[in-house]
Amino acid sequence: MSDPTAEGPQLSGWGRVFGPGREVCSEDLEALTAGASLTRGLARSYGDSSLPHVDDGVVASCRLADRILSFDEGTGVIRAEAGFSLLQLNRTFWKRGFAAPVAPGTQFITLGGMVSADVHGKDHHLTGGFGAHVSELRLRLAGGDIVTASRTGNADLFKAAIGGMGLLGHILDVTFKMPRIPSAWVAIETERMPDLDSYLAGLRAAAKRFPFTMGWIDTLGASGKLGRGILMRGRWAEAHEARAGVPKPLRRPGLPFVLPDFAISRFTVSAFNSLYYGIHPSTMRRRVEHPETFFYPLDAIRNWNRLYGQSGFTQYQCVIPEAAGIDGVGSFVALLQKTGGSSMVSVIKDCSEEGEGLLSFPLKGTSVAVDFPAREGVQRIVDTLNAHLIELGGRIYLAKDRFTRAEDFQKMEPRLESWRAVKRKYDPSGRLRSAQSARLGLA
Amino acid sequence: MKAVILGGTRGIGRSLARRMAGRGDTVHLLGRHEGDLKGCAEDLRIRGARAVSTGLCDLLAPLTFSAALDAADAAMSGFDTVMVTAGLFGAQDELEKDRVRTVEVLTTNFTNTILFCEEARTRLLARGGGRLVAFSSVAGERGRKPVVLYGATKAGLSAYLEGLDHRYRAQGLITTTVKPGFVRTGMTQGLKEPPFAGDPDDVAATVLAAVDRGAPVVYAPPIWALVMMVIRLLPRAVMRLVSF
Repeated sequence: MSDPTAEGPQLSGWGRVFGPGREVCSEDLEALTAGASLTRGLARSYGDSSLPHVDDGVVASCRLADRILSFDEGTGVIRAEAGFSLLQLNRTFWKRGFAAPVAPGTQFITLGGMVSADVHGKDHHLTGGFGAHVSELRLRLAGGDIVTASRTGNADLFKAAIGGMGLLGHILDVTFKMPRIPSAWVAIETERMPDLDSYLAGLRAAAKRFPFTMGWIDTLGASGKLGRGILMRGRWAEAHEARAGVPKPLRRPGLPFVLPDFAISRFTVSAFNSLYYGIHPSTMRRRVEHPETFFYPLDAIRNWNRLYGQSGFTQYQCVIPEAAGIDGVGSFVALLQKTGGSSMVSVIKDCSEEGEGLLSFPLKGTSVAVDFPAREGVQRIVDTLNAHLIELGGRIYLAKDRFTRAEDFQKMEPRLESWRAVKRKYDPSGRLRSAQSARLGLA
Repeated sequence: MKAVILGGTRGIGRSLARRMAGRGDTVHLLGRHEGDLKGCAEDLRIRGARAVSTGLCDLLAPLTFSAALDAADAAMSGFDTVMVTAGLFGAQDELEKDRVRTVEVLTTNFTNTILFCEEARTRLLARGGGRLVAFSSVAGERGRKPVVLYGATKAGLSAYLEGLDHRYRAQGLITTTVKPGFVRTGMTQGLKEPPFAGDPDDVAATVLAAVDRGAPVVYAPPIWALVMMVIRLLPRAVMRLVSF
């Protein structure tokens, strides 16, 4: 959905739906953020979270400010600049017996982004969001001052910045704690689940024994097959189970060009889903796996976002509260199928309790994520899904969103007023903003 | 490896220093800003460098070169490798409007880089050889419209480095000319990205592997060797028509 008639530079998030804007970057993040209205990282948020407000036109990128500032081998506490990526963290610390405290689905993300979206992962039921492991942030405020924020100093700022989409201040560096791991390999089990009920039950049972649980479901299957899926569960392998040596970084071929729009259709997606389900053996499989293969299957093709063609795509991720029950999830998946949000990768997993972040996404319940092309009708699909989500008492994930309407978001977010109060305190003139914050009327 | 790096606090130089740190090399960073150097040194220590030291040196000020290399030598009790990753970029349109900046780019990339390499050469030869690695560019391969002046500095630098390699390799001084294609760094921000653009870390891996095997020339990303082979073969009549 990039506008070929648009003049001037264009930027997009991971979904390749473009808007006006250009990026500036520097190793010197303090200098770069002076006067800036927004900072982005590796632009892996799908929608317009990392796009500048149309009147600003420029977004600072922290990706070159990526130094480790301190590390304590005894406690696992690390302080690093906002542009330090999960990829760098993994390559530097897996071999030394440390891992990131949460396990998101891509490693092409920065610390600044991980805080701003309060990213969660396959281990959310155990570890919560990334913000829960952060002890201190250093930020440049809208007025230019540089401050630190923690649970004991500027605590309101700290909580609003976790999951605050970069709108409270430019995050300069982040202090957090990494847990020790017994080896850098993962022991995993994968299992086919014939329908949605057994899938959800399997997810819950796995959570009791495994730190990492997630899975893929078929949202296109005919009735009876709807919600069939592959459940994955894993843990760090003990030293005696691990393969020899340190896992070598995997090679990642890129998709060299943007596929034509017809590559993703209801037919191709349905075929892919059947194949994906069909090739998995009907019995449970257990093995020791390379951590990148397990944690970041989609990173295997570097530019997989080009699969969706020129029009780009969006991801719709929401969480359905536990109170809505399995029926709630079922009704949502059925609606997905009906609205035609044909999705290759539909991911369902459990989330645990809401964290401290005033606008953080997860809450106790089930998270559903689906991708679909940003073509004709995408707005209607998102509106329909949101209407049902509001009835179920759920909410969407800002890091994925491009099409939600301000009035719908406000219905999902009773917490918005308390977040806004902190935003007004630290940025009274609303200097820090994004295309998304303007669209959703965040501040 | 015990390497002195001029320019190791930014861009590809930073990635290169990190790759060396990760495998336990000893690194001495030369740069212009004390605070910047200290921060980068700590980063390299945490990433596994055997030892890291720093010193002030400005590619714009040739009088600082000799003392900076002597201090490096003392700090790391003898280096065996010297790398120059620093340099200035100027787009043709910008330089044509700004004579002062033009002098700066020409002087830094050609005269001063060569003067620095000369200081390194004499010291390395005196100890029986070593490695000299300098960043030129694919921009030096042909005279091209968007990089007439910048390309000229890199063409001159490449010729110097090639000559050095021919003249001194037998005496143990191995010179590697690095010719990066388009790499996504602070230096290239705002430029239109051509096909085959590379990331600094991948480029650093390619460069380090070439330095280890003593290659006289390395293109990075490697595909640029092929791209430039084609561009070198294009007749002048064609180069006059195209805009790259």
